[in-house]
Amino acid sequence: MAEQYPIIVLLVLLFGALLVGLSGMVDRRVCFPLAVTALSLAVVVSVGILQQVINGGVIRYFVGGWSRPVGIGIELRIDTINALVLLTITTVGLLTAIFSFRRVQEDKTEKTPLFYVLYLLLIMGLSGMVISGDAFNLYVLLEVSSLTSYALIAMGKSRRAATAAFSYIIMGTIGASFYLLGVGYLYLRTGTLNMMEIHQAILALDGSSSTIVVAFVLILVGLMIKMAFFPLFGWLPNAYSYCPSSTSCVVAPLMTKVGVYVMIRMMLTVFGTEWVFENLQYAQWLVGMAIVAILAGSVMALAQVELKKMFCYLIVAEVGYMVGGAWMANHWGMVGAIYHIMSDAFMTLCMFLAAGIFLKQAGVVRIDQLDGMFRKMPVTMAGFVVGALAMIGIPPTCGFFSKLYLIRGGMESGHWGYVVALLISSLVNAVLFFRIFEIAYFGKKPAEGHGHHENHSTVSVIKEANVSSLVPLLASAAIIVLLGIFNSDIVELIERALNGSQVIGMNVLSGKGGQG
Amino acid sequence: MKWVGLIAVLFTGGLLLSAMDDFPNWGDAHSPANASPVSQYFIEKTIEDSGVPNMVTAVLADYRSYDTMFETVVVLIAGIAIMAILRVGNQIPRGARPAPVSAPASVNDDHQDIIIGTTCRLLIPVLQLFAFYVIAHGHHSPGGGFQGGVVLGTSFILAAIAKGLDPALERLPETRYVKIAFVGVVIYSAFGVACLLLGENFLDYGVLSVLLPTIDAAEARSHSMLGVEVGVAFTVSAIMFAIYANLASKGELEGGL
Amino acid sequence: MGETFKANVIDHFNFWVAVVLMMIGLYAMITKNNLIKKLIGMSIFQTAIILFYVSAGVKDGATIPILEHHAAETEQVEAGEHVEGHPVANHEAHAINPDDYSNPLPHVLMLTAIVVGVATLGVALAVTQVIYKNYGTLEEDEILAKIKAAENDG
Repeated sequence: MAEQYPIIVLLVLLFGALLVGLSGMVDRRVCFPLAVTALSLAVVVSVGILQQVINGGVIRYFVGGWSRPVGIGIELRIDTINALVLLTITTVGLLTAIFSFRRVQEDKTEKTPLFYVLYLLLIMGLSGMVISGDAFNLYVLLEVSSLTSYALIAMGKSRRAATAAFSYIIMGTIGASFYLLGVGYLYLRTGTLNMMEIHQAILALDGSSSTIVVAFVLILVGLMIKMAFFPLFGWLPNAYSYCPSSTSCVVAPLMTKVGVYVMIRMMLTVFGTEWVFENLQYAQWLVGMAIVAILAGSVMALAQVELKKMFCYLIVAEVGYMVGGAWMANHWGMVGAIYHIMSDAFMTLCMFLAAGIFLKQAGVVRIDQLDGMFRKMPVTMAGFVVGALAMIGIPPTCGFFSKLYLIRGGMESGHWGYVVALLISSLVNAVLFFRIFEIAYFGKKPAEGHGHHENHSTVSVIKEANVSSLVPLLASAAIIVLLGIFNSDIVELIERALNGSQVIGMNVLSGKGGQG
Repeated sequence: MKWVGLIAVLFTGGLLLSAMDDFPNWGDAHSPANASPVSQYFIEKTIEDSGVPNMVTAVLADYRSYDTMFETVVVLIAGIAIMAILRVGNQIPRGARPAPVSAPASVNDDHQDIIIGTTCRLLIPVLQLFAFYVIAHGHHSPGGGFQGGVVLGTSFILAAIAKGLDPALERLPETRYVKIAFVGVVIYSAFGVACLLLGENFLDYGVLSVLLPTIDAAEARSHSMLGVEVGVAFTVSAIMFAIYANLASKGELEGGL
Repeated sequence: MGETFKANVIDHFNFWVAVVLMMIGLYAMITKNNLIKKLIGMSIFQTAIILFYVSAGVKDGATIPILEHHAAETEQVEAGEHVEGHPVANHEAHAINPDDYSNPLPHVLMLTAIVVGVATLGVALAVTQVIYKNYGTLEEDEILAKIKAAENDG
């Protein structure tokens, strides 16, 4: 049974979705318990996978048993990195599903079963992307997760949800098509779709093929659109801020992070770091673009008056952290980027959960409407503060440690611009969040009378959110602290995958860093 | 904007073409892709593994059936997504809604044209029969679950175009086609889970021969492929009609075009 | 000059056609003002990628990837129930030459891509219907103007 875990984690979610769809038509009250059960099982199974990988090394699972010439069937390949990201995805999925409970209470329409079907299939698509060892299978699952997220975003009640979803569809399709085209170029030159086999073929080609270079650029650009890297992020802020809260809480933490993960997987497993850093002279450019992304994201976040929009631009900056870290060609940069995938997923989850609660309980859209929140909603604010401290990078939260590793990588490889950008961005985060704390703690100055009537109407109704909203928020806050406390163990696991694979050697990364 | 777009497009095109001298020539049988062990294996061993002469079907439903399962899920998602996007707020489910007053009249007035009615009566059974042929004959000729499912879905769409959406929805109401769509994916994954329960990897059909003692592993593979293709056809036909019905009526499932 | 032209264009004309079509689609997706035209561009782009893959699987003089001797094979399977070992000999007589059949894998991959394209197009059309319901137009600049006007009002 245990060797079947990789497929079971997907099947649990798939059958969860099918059951929700079939029984939800009869009675929509079963949707929520079914979805939470399926996601809890998925979390349990992904914990099992993580244990298995820690004890027994890399899992290779051949679907349909087609293992003989590698590459005829589809392989699922799990090392410690995917196992950790998989656990992150299922956990975020579970927490957001619990958060969506209030949606069931309010929304008495037939959309509820449809929502949960799409939701479960989104988590399934993301999990499948992460554990896949086949470049084309990854495309199929990328489309599963994209299509579900288009629909979930377009379901928003705001008038602008549809236009945001449309531009997301156009950009997302360009991104996915570029990825598909890149896989096509790879297939044309290597004749296989299995990631490890492609890597062997690339090594055999000795880096002389221009097709492989173009394939890499295509895949990279495609993924950059998907992860909203700096010049290609235009679709993100509207898409994430006009969708329903329960959608933004799952899409915002996961979609961009999975894009970053796939990029790192392509660098590590498919193309191999030797090829990536030695045959491409663009690594320096990408770090430069990451610096621009970090600064631009931070500056635009400063300019926002709406809470969710501000978080969206912070995501753009955070993606810059991870891309920059991965492209520094340095061991600690890579470790920091992978560690930051996890910590940023939970930080973003915490932010968006808090924003969802503020919107629901107090109708807060703009930052200046948050006044007096420490008094009115102390528990929510406590969770929010933990997430905010992590975004700023204050120990012992995970945000501090991921920045520590990233800065260490930047200093070792001599990317001082990146280090400075990271510090500036932390400073900007500190300014942003302490401004929010100030408003929430002291309230607005009485001279500012323009929000007066809003206060009047809402102040009497604002009360602490119910348990189903607070549990996921506090759980994510707790995970942020736990990730920080156990950072050395997690980093040890990440390093194991980096060293253990024949693809990446510490010497390549750190040797390269010495020269740079 | 136009100029920026044009420059971006030309740049992309130049990038795509820059690798052209490294590409295999048109029709080169010994290009890396065509001469790879993977592709050779499919051509040489399909008959041995499953006895299915149509390699595309064999690769689709057996070697890479994991992809095809998610492909079916993509179709399902498309249908569900369209319903979720177009359905407005607090709408009463169709069964509980009072019948529209004008519908029967409009059916009689506009749509009972004798030529259209007769043509449809002649065409729809033929289409459906042909769909079953395409599904069942996918092992030996071009065809299979997706193609057959689309043809089957087309027959419903033809009924909806010719007679109006309401009579078509009476034959195939929403609750039913949604159920059919889900059941299709259930059928597909049930084959995989059966293999899992019998102790093999997911979708390793060979082990299913223990369920039917008269067949060997290769025949089990062949028959399971037909089984999953039927599942695919369920989902595809239902979703094709769902997409048409929802798009044609702006999600209200009334009136139609 | 003639040599390079032949090597670059004539021998790879299938890829040239696919790339040119892709760029037409991409241009429409990026610059067209009408949302439906953008979707038409999207379809062209995706179909061109399908062309790219499938044309890569072509072999000179090869037929479709369906084995011709299936009549012989069925007989052989039936015979195989009675005579052990006989099918092996039969197989060698009908040895399959991979050069006779075009590469099946791109066809399979593109079946998936077609389905994905249809699904995306369907969802996108549903979204345009909602946009039309909300704004009464499908021209991008008019929609942006209405959004701006609504923002200034509220």
